[in-house]
Amino acid sequence: MPDVNSTRYTFFFATVVCVVCALAIAVSAVGLHSRQEANALLYKQKNVLLAAGLLKPGDDPPEREILRIFDANIRVRLIDIGTGDLVPEDKQDPKTYDQRKARADPATSREAPPNAAKISRLPNWGAIFYVMKGDTVEQVVLPIDGVGMWGTCYGLLALDRDGNTVRGLTYYEQKETPGLGGEISNPKWQALWQGRKVYDEKWEPQLVIIKGQAGPPDKDPHRVDGLSGATITSNGVSRTVAFWMSNDGYGPFLKKFRAGGVAPGRADAAAGRPLAAHFSGAGGWRAAA
Amino acid sequence: MEGGSVSTATTFFGAPQRKVLVTPIIANNPIGVQVLGICSALAVTTRMDKALVMGIGVILVTAFANLAVSLVRNYTPNNIRIIVQLAVIATLVIIVDQVLKAVLYEISLELSVYIGLIITNCIVMGRAEGYAMQNPPWASFLDGIGNGVGYALVLLAVAFTREFTGAGRVFGYVVLPLGTEGGWYVPNGLMLLAPSALFIIAMLVWLLRTLKPELQEQD
Repeated sequence: MPDVNSTRYTFFFATVVCVVCALAIAVSAVGLHSRQEANALLYKQKNVLLAAGLLKPGDDPPEREILRIFDANIRVRLIDIGTGDLVPEDKQDPKTYDQRKARADPATSREAPPNAAKISRLPNWGAIFYVMKGDTVEQVVLPIDGVGMWGTCYGLLALDRDGNTVRGLTYYEQKETPGLGGEISNPKWQALWQGRKVYDEKWEPQLVIIKGQAGPPDKDPHRVDGLSGATITSNGVSRTVAFWMSNDGYGPFLKKFRAGGVAPGRADAAAGRPLAAHFSGAGGWRAAA
Repeated sequence: MEGGSVSTATTFFGAPQRKVLVTPIIANNPIGVQVLGICSALAVTTRMDKALVMGIGVILVTAFANLAVSLVRNYTPNNIRIIVQLAVIATLVIIVDQVLKAVLYEISLELSVYIGLIITNCIVMGRAEGYAMQNPPWASFLDGIGNGVGYALVLLAVAFTREFTGAGRVFGYVVLPLGTEGGWYVPNGLMLLAPSALFIIAMLVWLLRTLKPELQEQD
């Protein structure tokens, strides 16, 4: 047994500890990686289905069932956010597109125009989800994000074929105060959005969260109940929706969508490419941050 | 060291080992008596499911950190022992985080930040330095489990109070239907904010000290 407190032994011991710890971490990270990726992907897909109303809140179907519903009903496409046109799939496959990476890369993103939602950068291309019934588009699910109280909240807004009526909203990633701002993840509050209208007659975005209670959607189409004790989060959500529905966000796309343009084209499954199996993975629509 | 040393252990799980395991659960509770690990007790006690997962994480990390530190205690150079303990703890915490992401993904999304903060949890470090450095592996492992359980129990008690009065729920299940959702209960929003945890923990410390007067300082 060498002298435990000698300098040489101390260096030796420190090295051994580092190597052993590094090995343990490497083994766990590599060994669990595929499982984690699958979870992250499934969670995103589940939220797209929730926003579109294809899953009910509280449903917890097995993985296989989520993939089946997703494959059967959803078509993922990329759009050029600036022009609203679809990005040809031979230019960029939506299933391997890593939007968060693209957003951070100056070559594939740009500075966002001044906005109240505190969004600093916009990717040039964004993934969107067509909800199909057979070969007709029923809804479109649009990813939205903006800063709330504690950080960026990531959500999905489902719009009807008219490009105006809200069919659903989910927040799948947020750090707001549980019980207060965190209630944006509460399905009961999210259900209040259904049937509201984003735009007025002049196609200006009008949908906001108010303090207190709003009327039923048919009488009070542009307002949603506020969350008590969560004014900053509520304002954040209002500004997020206002930004993404404006001409700086999905405005150009929605204009074409309403006019019947930007059709999603043939189904991936029909083209021999089952979607869910390939979609995302390491660099999908929303890779694990 | 309180909790008792069992360096002359002859049986695998006799009275001395039981004492090491059980003492920190109530009599020498890390939060209630030693007042360690308060930071995370404030942060993750708004809901019971999160408190439970956090508690399990801390039990595992404290137990295995104690075990590892104790195994190498006679080979650890004295002047780098704290760094060695930290390296062991950090490694375990990262592994717990990875496992959580692979097994309980939706809970890990909400807990990830706090799981990382187990590294800075005074209980883990305190037990490694205060107990595992002087005691054999098996006793240290039990001490780690005992302290982890003591921490988890307090976390669950605080989380129960906060979730029940603040949201009318237990483990996410509605117990008191809220007025805003067609029921009658008006929740106490303060209970969901961090300061309420300080009050609840303070009352718990008060209770423990009243029940056990020997914990009170003389002056």
